[in-house]
Amino acid sequence: MMNSHRIEKHPILSIPERKPISIFWEGKPLSAFEGETISAALIANGIHVFGYHPRDHSPQGIFCANGQCSQCMVLADERPVKACMTLVKPNMQITPLDGLPSLPVETHPPEVKDIPQLQVPVLIIGGGPAGLSAAIELGKHGIETLLIDDKHRLGGKLVLQTHRFFGSTQAVYAGTRGIDIASRLEKELSQFRNVTVWLESTALAVFSDRNVGIWKKGTEYVLVRPDVLLVATGAREKFLAFPGNTLPGVYGAGAFQTLVNRDLVRPAERLFIVGGGNVGLIAGYHALQAGIAVVGLAEAMPEVGGYKVHRDKLVRMGVPIYTSHTILSANGDQKVESVTIAQINEKFQPIPGTEKTFSCDSVLIAVGLDPVNEFYVKAREFGMKAFVAGDAEEIAEASAAIYSGKIAGLTILNEINPSSEPIPQTWFQAAEILKSRPGKNYPETVPDISEGVIPIIHCTQEIPCNPCSTLCSKGLIFIPQEDIRNIPVFMGDSHSCAFCLRCVAGCPGLAITLVDYRADPENPRVAIPYEFHRETLHKGDTVILMSTEGEELGTSVVQNIVGIKDNDRTLVVLVQAPREIAPEVAGIRIQPEEVSRAETQYTPTVQDKTIVCRCERVSAGEIRALIREGYRDLNEIKAITRAGMGACGSKTCSSLILRIFREEGIPLNEVTPSSKRPLFVETPLGIFAGIHVDEKQEEKHE
Amino acid sequence: MSDYPQSYDVIVIGAGSVGTPAALSLAQAGLKVLVLDAMPSAGQGSNKHAIGGIRATHSDPAKIRLCLRSIEIFSTWKEVYGDDIEWYKGGYVFVAYREQEEQTLKTLLQKQQAYGLNISWLDSGDLRKLIPHLNPEGLIGGTYSPNDGSASPLLSIHAFYKQARNYGAEFHFNEPVTEIIVRSGKIQGVKTSKGMYSTPVVIHASGAWAKSLMNPIGIEIPVQPDSHEAAITEPVQRMFDPMIVDIRPAQGSANFYFYQHKTGQILFCITPSPNIWGFDIRETSAFLPMVSKRMVEVMPSLRHIRIRRTWRGLYPMTPDGFPIVGWSREAEGLLLAVGMCGQGYMLGPGLGELLTRMVTNTLSPGDEEILSILSPYREFVGQEKLK
Repeated sequence: MMNSHRIEKHPILSIPERKPISIFWEGKPLSAFEGETISAALIANGIHVFGYHPRDHSPQGIFCANGQCSQCMVLADERPVKACMTLVKPNMQITPLDGLPSLPVETHPPEVKDIPQLQVPVLIIGGGPAGLSAAIELGKHGIETLLIDDKHRLGGKLVLQTHRFFGSTQAVYAGTRGIDIASRLEKELSQFRNVTVWLESTALAVFSDRNVGIWKKGTEYVLVRPDVLLVATGAREKFLAFPGNTLPGVYGAGAFQTLVNRDLVRPAERLFIVGGGNVGLIAGYHALQAGIAVVGLAEAMPEVGGYKVHRDKLVRMGVPIYTSHTILSANGDQKVESVTIAQINEKFQPIPGTEKTFSCDSVLIAVGLDPVNEFYVKAREFGMKAFVAGDAEEIAEASAAIYSGKIAGLTILNEINPSSEPIPQTWFQAAEILKSRPGKNYPETVPDISEGVIPIIHCTQEIPCNPCSTLCSKGLIFIPQEDIRNIPVFMGDSHSCAFCLRCVAGCPGLAITLVDYRADPENPRVAIPYEFHRETLHKGDTVILMSTEGEELGTSVVQNIVGIKDNDRTLVVLVQAPREIAPEVAGIRIQPEEVSRAETQYTPTVQDKTIVCRCERVSAGEIRALIREGYRDLNEIKAITRAGMGACGSKTCSSLILRIFREEGIPLNEVTPSSKRPLFVETPLGIFAGIHVDEKQEEKHE
Repeated sequence: MSDYPQSYDVIVIGAGSVGTPAALSLAQAGLKVLVLDAMPSAGQGSNKHAIGGIRATHSDPAKIRLCLRSIEIFSTWKEVYGDDIEWYKGGYVFVAYREQEEQTLKTLLQKQQAYGLNISWLDSGDLRKLIPHLNPEGLIGGTYSPNDGSASPLLSIHAFYKQARNYGAEFHFNEPVTEIIVRSGKIQGVKTSKGMYSTPVVIHASGAWAKSLMNPIGIEIPVQPDSHEAAITEPVQRMFDPMIVDIRPAQGSANFYFYQHKTGQILFCITPSPNIWGFDIRETSAFLPMVSKRMVEVMPSLRHIRIRRTWRGLYPMTPDGFPIVGWSREAEGLLLAVGMCGQGYMLGPGLGELLTRMVTNTLSPGDEEILSILSPYREFVGQEKLK
């Protein structure tokens, strides 16, 4: 069973050669790869319970996969470390953390040094799409800039995105995969010598004396005093309160994508997704690409909130989407074994009798994002010249973050040098368009022609996206430049399409097929985009043809699977279909129907033991009782229950607690918010003492 | 509805470290009590910034007696009232790494023992047995007072608040007092942002904010706040029991101290030198490097513990470092309980009972001695050694 949970083939990601090493888990040898995190190595070996909570012995596992919480703590060579941030070492002895860790006695005082202080014209916190784009603008104009990022490479969440991006080809690399956009931006930035980049460097606090405390490269503490600060720290995921929500196997989409697309491990065999925004929909697609079954997706609203093309992709691959449904519980003893969902009424209350339980080993929570804006708020409070860009300012797509970053870059330039060029008005317009939510949906129209070659555009919702219009070798697909939210229109006739397949392979939504009537008008050939590993489908295989809405239209045999020159990793599958259904074919089923079958009996939800503060194990019931007693000051609720005082610094529970206030009908203006205090992440005391870190001993902060 | 203001036996200004336990004690004595606070809930001023140390190890009989009583209240709270306030009897150790501190501490020790404190001198070896994590290099010894301890200020104030209400005390939050009404030299009542209340007795327990309400009625009290920063770490298994206090001065700081809470976290705090006066409680970048350097010198193992959160709070200081407790001579019925100099949390429960005895006229001879030391009308010439 060794390493059976590794991703060894992936349609988009290349699997690097890595050096195998041996580590030990509870004394038993496991194989791992040099350079991977402890959490990746454990999950690759099918280990999901990393320890037990000191308060109630509840099993703990990976949750944020981002160094923000402490759920994944293990003992590595007797030291307590975060498994998601610490790299494996040959023969490392790893054991579960059961209860509180202990510190070994060390009586020789270490050598300390003064903390370096640095003055910079511009400091950018966060090297994702917004921070990178701002840094590039400042780079172009020769402004001395320091860009810091807590990860081991630039790109932020772009590096986890294997799908092609939406947006405008002219403006923001639409049609390019997120991972490749990250590399391009990183490369562009590297040419500017006036921009310094510190990777693996975490901002810990913005202080009232206008210094920013930075844990640099995991090894030292530095105080940086910027003339101008740009906060481009992205977003954090919202979480949900439901029974079983802290079982190992329940985590957010960010954690999931990190494990799958960065660490190349399969944390799940059967995944259930809660939340139908773009994040949840895309995570479902990434799961399928990684060979993980997606049992279903539940969305509380009557329609999913994400782009329709993302939704359509999932349903036609065979993933059922349950709209107007909510999760009642994750069930299991040591880890997730099943999920129970139910339909909800217009007041979002579960309707008795509609409960369904699905067997699954992971529940992915993707119910929205909140800006990570605390540094910005503090900086403004302290009177600093501070700006904010990307998701930290407003949650939107990465393409919008790129524009937001560009605008922030030039805004800062103007701040420093008022005579510099003004920001082009068109940028603001572009930023607005890229930020727009999905608009009107039109019925899918099937052209009334059954001869020649006809492209069928299964993209019927107004979204900011235009790569198809630039891909057609004959320029036959039209989207007006001035507002790329318009639905693409095929401008040709039955003889104008050259069947070059570039639109099929290049549409980020995989929403264009071609129907070719030329050889056999009764059984035309249909070209379908396919983004799975080539070895998963062969010529001669029988496939189930699916409509846009996920209905089975019939079966067919694969004629051929082709790659397109100049196209990057999307394949095109050619099948034949009867002319009655050919224009409706939007895809092929990837996942058999039995994967999504509900259990014959549902697992009832246990009493209200829902945890809201997972660090301190505080239940929704405890909070609710205080609210009903009349408590309105979050600081007081925190003091009584400890909710929000744990390792993650209330990053997860604060929105959940406000939600309970809303459920209880308390207007939020009656609620005193809790004070926000440094540090952003827990940091070893020795770092502040200026102790030179022995790299072999310390946890690697990446 | 009557136009007459509501009337109380006692109005306490400030639901903090002093006012809240005082309200409990007053209500237990059968008095009708109203507590007024400008903030949204109990302890939101300076109480929640206290790190939780509770000691009777002081240098004068007033604070020693008050804190001995406080320790009794804290340590028996769970038995008596049921709530866990995380009391931990870990003791206090004042370490000496230099002869100066050895001298200071040993001189005080004689006094402290004379006042009946359970405190003794441990030499380097015994101290290391007690605290194996201590840096032995240069360690001369230190005082050890095993009956001192710590508890959670957050849980304690909530427990006092809850019990005070059980006994009938009323609390009004988000209601700042705007005026203390004095007629013919006598307290008549108070005016707040929301109304007027009449009372013959006002206990002034508004800590760092004490001065502003007194000026309009012509009373000058020498209290001004300075600020200290503190922090808490992740919880770890028990490393050591006592609060460790190092009174050596260093660049930028006077003493510093740290302890391990009942639930495993290390809490620590440092005294800036020179003092940072004023009401600013926004976090500074100077604190963590300054304190961490000193901590790893005294306890090297702590370099590995993760710091979780930092904050800054106010010490309502008096010129000599001793609290101000006593009846005002300028306004009859005005009882001052201010200027706790950062020790309001440990003084509060004992002081609350003393305030009740003052109001109910049941003072003991011992109380008289305490009140003479803490009198608002003393000379303020001495200097507290163990601030």
